[in-house]
Amino acid sequence: MLKIDIQHAMLTSEGKATLEVCTEIEAHELLCLFGHSGAGKTTLLRILAGLTKADKGRIVFNDDVWFDSAKKINIPPQLRNVGFMFQDYALFPNMSVERNIRFAQKVKDQNHVEMLLELFELQSLRKQKPGQLSGGQKQRVALARALAVKPNVLILDEPLSALDFEMRLALQDEIRKAHNLLYTTTLMVSHDVNEVISLASSMLFIKNGQVISQGKPEDVFDTCNSGVFRKGSQASMLERYIM
Amino acid sequence: MSQDFIQTLLLTGKLATWTTAILLVVGFPVAYLLAYKRFFLKPLVEALISMPLVLPPTVLGFYMLVAYSPQNAFGAFIQHAFNVRLAFSFEGVLLASIIFSLPFMIQPLQNGLTSISVSLQEASYTLGKSKLQTFFHVLVPNMLPSIITAIAMTFAHCIGEFGVVIMVGGNMPGETRVASIAIYDEVQSLNYETANQYSFVLFIVSMLILTLIYSINGKKKLF
Repeated sequence: MLKIDIQHAMLTSEGKATLEVCTEIEAHELLCLFGHSGAGKTTLLRILAGLTKADKGRIVFNDDVWFDSAKKINIPPQLRNVGFMFQDYALFPNMSVERNIRFAQKVKDQNHVEMLLELFELQSLRKQKPGQLSGGQKQRVALARALAVKPNVLILDEPLSALDFEMRLALQDEIRKAHNLLYTTTLMVSHDVNEVISLASSMLFIKNGQVISQGKPEDVFDTCNSGVFRKGSQASMLERYIM
Repeated sequence: MSQDFIQTLLLTGKLATWTTAILLVVGFPVAYLLAYKRFFLKPLVEALISMPLVLPPTVLGFYMLVAYSPQNAFGAFIQHAFNVRLAFSFEGVLLASIIFSLPFMIQPLQNGLTSISVSLQEASYTLGKSKLQTFFHVLVPNMLPSIITAIAMTFAHCIGEFGVVIMVGGNMPGETRVASIAIYDEVQSLNYETANQYSFVLFIVSMLILTLIYSINGKKKLF
């Protein structure tokens, strides 16, 4: 279980805001963070990974304290064992697809590398450099690399945002596959209502740094739409709500 | 070719090689600090490093010569601690050359580091890699053109060094007499043929180094 109780001052396009999140995420959940740009979703993911230090609060994964401002504990990202997939994928341009994945391993295990290459259909691309790959291929490599660390928590920061609609649908399956394979806790940022409904077992709806709703996606969206949640109309309704 | 000629060219190469090697080791941590850290005196440090670009070499040479004097604290310390006399010695010229070449090494390294997306470093950290592992496996391979530019620029600049060397080193064969000073000396002695030989070697070496830099920058996208 991942227990989060943090406060962090942010500078958004609309001025200063405070990110305040107090929640518990059950093990093996696939949780989506939903909200408009600048709401604090990426900041929350960065705080969980240890890339940004929260101003105040406490983060505990199972019995391990990752962050505790009162006790001045801040475990560095290297020791949190988090698989982080960046929005720009952050693949190492100097390494081939296979080396990107192998670099992520703490203990070298070629069988695991081969398994990931096969799972994400990357065998034929193993010698290619990231600069030679399409957006969808990069996304699959980034996902395989994040899994290669055998992470406690898998964090995906808008993994599908740079892709076209068809590619998004295809790659949602890859994310589901990755989550099921690891049987881990997965946190993912998404702006797409259908995507959230299709993938997530639970969601956090964040607005201006505040969690305004959390629970099963259908329930959250249903509440937001005042009981008129219907497929096809939800996006525009939510858009009005978010704005 | 006379032995003097070869000795002078070897000394020039030795000075440029030592300066470049020492600056590469010293320059990386400084460039790293300037690229990624914010601190109060950062603009002052950046200005001091860039000073040799605008300062007449004789000004730096003069101050270094004064500092090298055993009558001053720095010169006295070096003499007592290491038994080295810096004024008019190879070691003194080397130290002055290192300081005078700082911007040629540090600026390309700093630019190379800042051109690498921060997310690459962060990705490496989340994969459990230390800062040192990230430096050698992620940063260095992805800034190779900048590293080669820094090395080549520093080396080329050292080969052409004149003002600082003549101020702190004078013109001592085998000790401080580098090619640029030998050219001046030979011209003063109306020995144009030897001056021409030195000049031709410096011209070719400098042109080769600059051609190397431009060819690397032309195909900067290595991956």
